[in-house]
Amino acid sequence: MSNGQFEPRLVGFLCNWCSYTGADLAGTARMIYAPNVRIIRVMCSGRVDPQFVLKAFKEGADGVLISGCHPGDCHYQEGNYKALRRYKLLSKMLEQFGIEKERFRLEWVSAAEGIKFQAVCNEFTEQIRKLGPLNIGPNGGKHE
Amino acid sequence: MSSAKPKVAFYWCASCGGCEESIVDLAEDILKVVAAVDIVFWPVALDFKKKDVEAMADGSIAVSFINGAVRLSEQEEMAKLLRRKSQLVVAHGSCSHLGGIPGLGNFWNKETIFRRAYETTPSTDNPKKVVPLEKTVVDGKELTLPRFYDTVYALDQVIDVDYYLPGCAPPRDLILNAVSAILEGKLPPKGAVLSPNKSLCDDCDRNESKPDKLTIKEIKRPWEVMLDPEKCFLAQGVICMGPATRTGCGERCIEANMPCRGCFGPTDQVYDQGAKFLSALASIMETKDEKEMDKIVQSIVDPAGTFYRFSLPTSILARKRMEAIK
Repeated sequence: MSNGQFEPRLVGFLCNWCSYTGADLAGTARMIYAPNVRIIRVMCSGRVDPQFVLKAFKEGADGVLISGCHPGDCHYQEGNYKALRRYKLLSKMLEQFGIEKERFRLEWVSAAEGIKFQAVCNEFTEQIRKLGPLNIGPNGGKHE
Repeated sequence: MSSAKPKVAFYWCASCGGCEESIVDLAEDILKVVAAVDIVFWPVALDFKKKDVEAMADGSIAVSFINGAVRLSEQEEMAKLLRRKSQLVVAHGSCSHLGGIPGLGNFWNKETIFRRAYETTPSTDNPKKVVPLEKTVVDGKELTLPRFYDTVYALDQVIDVDYYLPGCAPPRDLILNAVSAILEGKLPPKGAVLSPNKSLCDDCDRNESKPDKLTIKEIKRPWEVMLDPEKCFLAQGVICMGPATRTGCGERCIEANMPCRGCFGPTDQVYDQGAKFLSALASIMETKDEKEMDKIVQSIVDPAGTFYRFSLPTSILARKRMEAIK
């Protein structure tokens, strides 16, 4: 909490080939953006197992971002389409668990799009700040 | 009663009675079991009481088979009592192993379940809105009922469990194997699920009918299609939990031309059965077009209830977020 306002804790799964490089560009270009996204590099957005997303929420993330190459640009040809299909189905399922759609986001960020990465981080942070904490916590499955 | 025979107890928590039936279904083989052990507690069939169990020395029961999920304080108390009195505890059946069908209650909480059950169902006639209370005073006397929890738990979320017998209900041969393994002392490492650690598809007779590249263009519910009795369900566009479910059930559903619902839970390699199945299903949707993806996703009416039909309490999220329940 800075200035008493809620600081969302966000987890971002970024693909090695485009989005992580895009984030790297934002950093080396000294762009200023919300520091709330904790980045985890994965080889491909298609490598993001839905279990990772659920675990992130369970362990205290208020929002989860998956970011990969633009459609057609996947280093492994179709991984990002797979990510998109999983994202759509998982979003629908998360709502059944009472986790709002806005808390789970998929963005295409290329290696050249440092500016887009900056905007995504800022927007996502503000959006979740408005939504407030998720409050499921690691104790959800433990005995009451 | 001979004291040399190992003592066995059976108990039920939040369950339908099918697991009790699975023991009776051992048919003549139950006589062999009865000959080899002393059944010291079995509320569904024998007239022993809680106080009889309390009177036993700690650890004096060789093995307790407990079926059903834990939903009430009474079930928790009995599970803890049997744990104390037993050397081994076996979670018998899906509800006790994973949370099972009663575990789907975790999409609600006590308040919403009570409102539905005692007020809003069409057949309910309850103008005074009477609901069960933990304490009620009648003619100056206090009556008590067990506490109803907001959340349903699998057995191992409440007590330490040694082995798991999966299935809704567990099939005969798995029960017999478990009993003979216990009697002969040939037990696998603690915590094992007593069924082979591979997916149902590995054993499925329809596996050969599966195309090399399995894809789905449209999801159909079983009643919407004439199901081919030989062909892989997923290849017919029908959701079958086989890829994310442990084998050992004897494919009872598949042989009745019904897809797998996932009652055996995941294999040891998988943490969350529903998420893993979601992953597999989304992977085989044959489209790169967003609108088509939306259409397919829309046709899956209840993803959470379908993918976690038997395993919600033991899944990563375990329940619906409390503050989102209205």
